[in-house]
Amino acid sequence: MGAWARPYRAVFRARFHLLVQYRAAALAGFATQCWWGAIKVMVFAAFLRGAVASPMTLREAVDYIWLGQAFLTLLPWTADPELARMVRTGDVAYERLRPLDTYAFWYARAVARRTATPLLRAIPMVLTAGVLLPLAGLGTWGLAGPDGAPAAALFAVSMVICVALSSAFSTLLDTMVVALLSERGVNTIMGPLAIVFSGNLVPLPLLLDWLQPLMRYQPFAGLLDTPFRIYSGHLRGLDAAAALGRQAFWVVALVLVGRLLMGRVMSRLQTQGG
Amino acid sequence: MNAIRLYGRYISASFRSQMQYPGSFLLTSAGAFVAPGIDFIAVWALFSRFRQIEGWQFGEVALFYGVIGVAFAVADGLTRGFDIFGEEFVKTGDFDRLLVRPRSTVLQLLGYELRATRIGRLVQAALAWALAVHLTGIAWTWRVWAILMFAVAGGAALFAGILVLQATLAFWTVESLEIANTLTYGGVEAAQYPLDIYARWFRNFLTFVVPLGCVSFFPVAVVLGRADRTGVAPALALLAPSLGFVFFGVSLWIWRFGVRHYTSTGS
Repeated sequence: MGAWARPYRAVFRARFHLLVQYRAAALAGFATQCWWGAIKVMVFAAFLRGAVASPMTLREAVDYIWLGQAFLTLLPWTADPELARMVRTGDVAYERLRPLDTYAFWYARAVARRTATPLLRAIPMVLTAGVLLPLAGLGTWGLAGPDGAPAAALFAVSMVICVALSSAFSTLLDTMVVALLSERGVNTIMGPLAIVFSGNLVPLPLLLDWLQPLMRYQPFAGLLDTPFRIYSGHLRGLDAAAALGRQAFWVVALVLVGRLLMGRVMSRLQTQGG
Repeated sequence: MNAIRLYGRYISASFRSQMQYPGSFLLTSAGAFVAPGIDFIAVWALFSRFRQIEGWQFGEVALFYGVIGVAFAVADGLTRGFDIFGEEFVKTGDFDRLLVRPRSTVLQLLGYELRATRIGRLVQAALAWALAVHLTGIAWTWRVWAILMFAVAGGAALFAGILVLQATLAFWTVESLEIANTLTYGGVEAAQYPLDIYARWFRNFLTFVVPLGCVSFFPVAVVLGRADRTGVAPALALLAPSLGFVFFGVSLWIWRFGVRHYTSTGS
């Protein structure tokens, strides 16, 4: 990468190092997510016990749930609180003074946020669900390994695109905060949308059949649903490739929309405060 | 002035101050309506796919969901003072001021704020309850209502007890620990399904340690005519919510122990 990328790499590194300091918060989150994961696993197992036919096996559903708990903070459900504060105080004007591309700068910040926090939480979660539970003889209820080497490789690719997609969503939210002058509305609407349509609430394949085409093509599917289904082998071969393509498409589309919106918002930026 | 009248004054002052910002009140209430509504969408989505969970129907689970939801909304609205106790009272040293007043600290903290916006959660849970009334076709006699109101009261007492314990911890940790959320929000999450679908260790935990199952599962199962699923005699099942009051009593006793060990931060 050339010299032009240096400031963006620098802000990524600085934010990443800052965010991995919040270990106590990650630990509290980890305890909560274990509890939630355990409840969800038991509820889904109970539903599946009496089911005649199911679009997902218990194994696939359990993996999906634990991965969902591990990567919960990868979901773009809130705008960057620090940028929101800058908008309130008027400090956002300084962001415009930098001889940099503001979109790319904020995007780099978002990438740090969508990697540092999820990593802190995913490591203990994966160790607990994937190592401790099987060691305790509760492997049926824990996280199994990926469905073979190809699935593992595709999962890794899909997770990288997932970070790119989540960061594009986050930057779009940040830009909307600048336009609306407050993060409250954006966060209130985005939270439920992300939880429902990413599959975090209920794995998307378990929703009603007539909803499936809609679920497949909407942008949130690329956040959790796609990588998790590749991991457990629920999506394979051409289906997996097509899902990766849709994921990548939404990254490009959201970056373009985000840039367009930022151009409009920033050209008539009114700063508050003093 | 007696304690009840004083509490009434506290509440009416708190209510009037919140009504000074009607727009904010409406928006926050709407938020409190939508957020738990997401959980109900999950219940609905799973039932529309699988039809039943271990023999329980959607209407029946909606009643479990409604009862525990109403109980939590009531407790959450009344106990704001305990919820933010660490940040607002221990860290700042403001608890000293409560101690010099000639009234119990519990009364003052209960009167700290009536969170009126929790009406959103209450309405959401009540709608699920109404849906359950519509779907289950049970005769809604006075006896049934009395059983369910006792369940709601026991549940509210239990949740209030959990929040008092969370506040008590702050005497040592200074900050409020969010770990209690696993028992409040996580408890609502767990108790919205009938207890007998869970693994034994979890069922025992929710019966004997934090008796969330006792306040809703046992009495609601009796109301639904499924007393056989509880594994205890119906009379015992109907008495089960009183464990919620016992839990609240124990937590108040621990609270007093905490108050005696309070050292001001001095700030």
